[in-house]
Amino acid sequence: MERACRGRIALGDELWLDADRHVHLVPERRRVGYLPQDYALFPHLTVAGNVRFSGRRDRSDLLERLRIAHLGGARPAQLSGGERQRVALARALAREPRVLLLDEPFGALDAITRQRVRSELAEFLAGLGLPALLVTHAFDEAAFLADRIGVLDQGTLVQLSSPSELIENPATALVAELTGANVLDGIAEPSPAGASVRLSGGGELVSSTRAKGPVQVIVHPWALELTDPGASALTDTVLAVGQDRGALVVRLTRMTVHAPPGLNGRAALAAGSRVGVRAEPGSVRLIEAAPPGAVGGVGG
Amino acid sequence: MAVGATLVVALVLAFLLLPIVALIAYQPIHELVNGFGTRVATDAVLVSLKTNAIAFAIMLALGTPFAYILARARFRGRSLVITAVEVPLVMPPAVAGLGLLVAFGRLGLLGHTLKVLGIDLAFTQAAVVLAILFVASPFYLRGAIASFGALDPTLIDVAGTLGAGPLRRMLRVAVPVAAGGLGAAAAVAFARGIGEFGATILFAGSFQGTTQTLPLAVYSLFDANLDQAISIGVLLIIVSAAILLAAKLLARRWSSSQSTSPSRGDRSIFASS
Repeated sequence: MERACRGRIALGDELWLDADRHVHLVPERRRVGYLPQDYALFPHLTVAGNVRFSGRRDRSDLLERLRIAHLGGARPAQLSGGERQRVALARALAREPRVLLLDEPFGALDAITRQRVRSELAEFLAGLGLPALLVTHAFDEAAFLADRIGVLDQGTLVQLSSPSELIENPATALVAELTGANVLDGIAEPSPAGASVRLSGGGELVSSTRAKGPVQVIVHPWALELTDPGASALTDTVLAVGQDRGALVVRLTRMTVHAPPGLNGRAALAAGSRVGVRAEPGSVRLIEAAPPGAVGGVGG
Repeated sequence: MAVGATLVVALVLAFLLLPIVALIAYQPIHELVNGFGTRVATDAVLVSLKTNAIAFAIMLALGTPFAYILARARFRGRSLVITAVEVPLVMPPAVAGLGLLVAFGRLGLLGHTLKVLGIDLAFTQAAVVLAILFVASPFYLRGAIASFGALDPTLIDVAGTLGAGPLRRMLRVAVPVAAGGLGAAAAVAFARGIGEFGATILFAGSFQGTTQTLPLAVYSLFDANLDQAISIGVLLIIVSAAILLAAKLLARRWSSSQSTSPSRGDRSIFASS
């Protein structure tokens, strides 16, 4: 819909866009099943009419598969958010696309529906056998639905890999932050175990990664453990304690730590108290600190 | 408060309705109705309906895509084009008539070209159509540009990904979704067109049976036969009120068959499966 000034898009042997060769296939000739953020159902058509839009053929098979057959005569305004998404999906599939493009598919849903619809969509996409491209700001959505995630930072692809690879080997601090990791600055000194990092705010963490010089330390909240401040190489102050599903989320001034729910209400976790923090060296990752002015960093 | 409010409403209504009541009450009802059946009156009704219908059709057929293109396109000078569309709105109809005369008339800018092509517009029914088109269609264009501009552009984009080309995107999505606004704009333009007087009398003249529309017939009878002039005036009111009423009823049926308020979130989750 927008004309890209640079780049190339091809699907199989079909060239859709090649800015250098002035190729620009108009949207109506590209076989993309597009699911926009707010679904953009045609308000003047019924559910069946929406699904039928791309052709004259009756698509009751699609309505059945997406469990909206009973809504065929309803108008989009009468539908719930989850139903709208299914109608939009049926409409996109009726075009017999070769790729699905899902733009923030859960943005228009409330939290409860989001959970349910997410599972439904994952299941449906898995059974579809169609490549799907999902655009989202939420890492957990991407990780839940995707085989591979591409992280874009200001229009540049910084990493393209599996969700677990993104968590274990983030290419940049931004990727790490996206996956929910704590990112801390420090200076690494090689040690027998790998490296010992003096953190810029004080304290020390040991990593099994070998490194020397300025680094960024990446460690996930669930890899950190609260300990006695007296016996720890790294201490911090509790800001607040919250609950996130199974875990107790302890926000410290420099990082976030997941603690077992049993610790809730303990005086040791009251706001303002000092706590010690430790981590297994194997779960502490290091990336070279970006030199000032440069974007991104060097990953493993 | 209630008394004050009633008073304001009553005052405004009385002011607006009094002239109409006066027109109807001016002569005994049977004479009023007799006036409807005179040759001048029936000729004028036919000329008015025919010229307005043609002008209306041209306005919709050309104005709708024009407004759609202008509402969607982003180019330098776009606001200048929109302003140009609105200029005829502020032109007095008599000036509009003069403009049409010196543009399309025998001695006008395009007069020679039209003559070569064997077209003579001045004082023909085609001239009436042009006059109505010129003064009325800017009302439609302005409203239509606003209605198309208010459309969610994603709807049009999605239609594109579903294989619809530009024409189909306009006819199957943009026009039906914007129908409410388009209808309202068209109604204003129609009202302006059916009452058109100044531009028509200057550009097309007032010849019974060819260019004499209802407003022109009223004017031509004003000196000679006031009773008849008033009869035709009432006829004009009836014809235009009937058409506007029909349009309103159609619009109501349309809007009740669709509701466009998208409810964000999912309120029905607690009630549904």
